[in-house]
Amino acid sequence: MYPQPLRALIDELGRLPGIGPKSAQRMAFYLLRQPDEDARRLAGALVEMREQTSLCDVCCNVADRSGRCDTCSDTRRDTSVICVVEDPRDVVAVERSGAFRGTYHVLHGALSPLEGVGPDQLRIAELKSRLADGGVAEVIVCTNPNVEGDATAMYLSRELSGFGISMTRPASGLPVGGDLEFADDATLGRAFDGRRPLEG
Amino acid sequence: MNTVRCEAIVLRTYKLAEADLICVLLTRDHGKVRAVAHGVRRTSSKLGSRMEVLDHVDVLLAKGRTELLSVRQVESRGAFDHVRDNYERLAAGLVIVETADAATIEHHADEAFFEMVRRALATLGEAPTPSVVATAFLFKTLAHEGASPVLEHCASCGEDTDLVAFDLAEGGLLCSSCRRGRPVSPEAVALMRRILLGGLAGVLREEGPPGSAEVASIAIDAVESNLGRRLRAARVLGAH
Repeated sequence: MYPQPLRALIDELGRLPGIGPKSAQRMAFYLLRQPDEDARRLAGALVEMREQTSLCDVCCNVADRSGRCDTCSDTRRDTSVICVVEDPRDVVAVERSGAFRGTYHVLHGALSPLEGVGPDQLRIAELKSRLADGGVAEVIVCTNPNVEGDATAMYLSRELSGFGISMTRPASGLPVGGDLEFADDATLGRAFDGRRPLEG
Repeated sequence: MNTVRCEAIVLRTYKLAEADLICVLLTRDHGKVRAVAHGVRRTSSKLGSRMEVLDHVDVLLAKGRTELLSVRQVESRGAFDHVRDNYERLAAGLVIVETADAATIEHHADEAFFEMVRRALATLGEAPTPSVVATAFLFKTLAHEGASPVLEHCASCGEDTDLVAFDLAEGGLLCSSCRRGRPVSPEAVALMRRILLGGLAGVLREEGPPGSAEVASIAIDAVESNLGRRLRAARVLGAH
């Protein structure tokens, strides 16, 4: 129905997450109507992204071709604390909080036994290798507070117990500025479990 | 638009679009159903913490224009919170829900099976060896499916002593004359009999009963063979 190059683009766009055939068609026709240089810029960005990015040698976060991400290259970061996250986007979320000045380790997923994702598919060996090098006092397991994230945290706690380092998990609890009466049972329960003494 | 209120156990979830989840629910009155929980993956969602795998909930489901139901309200029964606090319990719990998902068909109510799943998950909190609860659940599922292995005598010749092997094709234990399949120890034979022929409560109270690893392996193979699919959780987590 459509010329082959346009059909190929629709097929490729349709493979992106969350993009159905209709959306792929709409995007393809939008690009078709754009000036030539816009389409070339997009194509160039895609190629450059593939060619110029790799995983950081240290933390497995996304990095440029130098092999070190910005965090691992920053000498002011506290290398004795590692925050373990599931995804590179989680690094951005924690950085936005401004509450953490240590380094990261990106697992690129979480244990998902029902999906068949096991420890071998995660970057756990790289984490162990970092710990074996020494100099790490604490590992903060900042995986998502869901079944997969909890399973990953418990697995890491077991696997890394031999290194003799402190293993912690961020507190779960009430959102700042929220009302108690609207909190769900599980969150409220965890908030009570993680209560801390008042100072003053 | 019709709504139904039911007691359910969340067997499985699949991510959908930006922040939604498709939840596979085993309900007491309506069998296995699929429902979309809209916006549930956002931190602001009030449903999120209650629509995860292994959650035991009271749920209000709305029927829409498609096959999928829609989750309108959820209240936690909180019965299985203990399962998520411990790796061994979680691993066993995931084996149980995966088996329950594989063993059921949608919209086919089976209250006895629902109760079996609920009790197995509840027992995980009390049993000293969670993997034994999962093993027992696998055997009970086989029995529920009408595929209980022959344990009283040789499945081939009927001999009731000297049972030394287990063969899935023959459907149970075999004597030394008919031996085929995998060899089994006397401890494993005794444990399987206690699980299926009386004595399960005692087994669940014991810490690592003899032969449990062997029996777990037999149970997984038997269920996989019966249901025609692999149990990923058991393989991935080394739950047994």
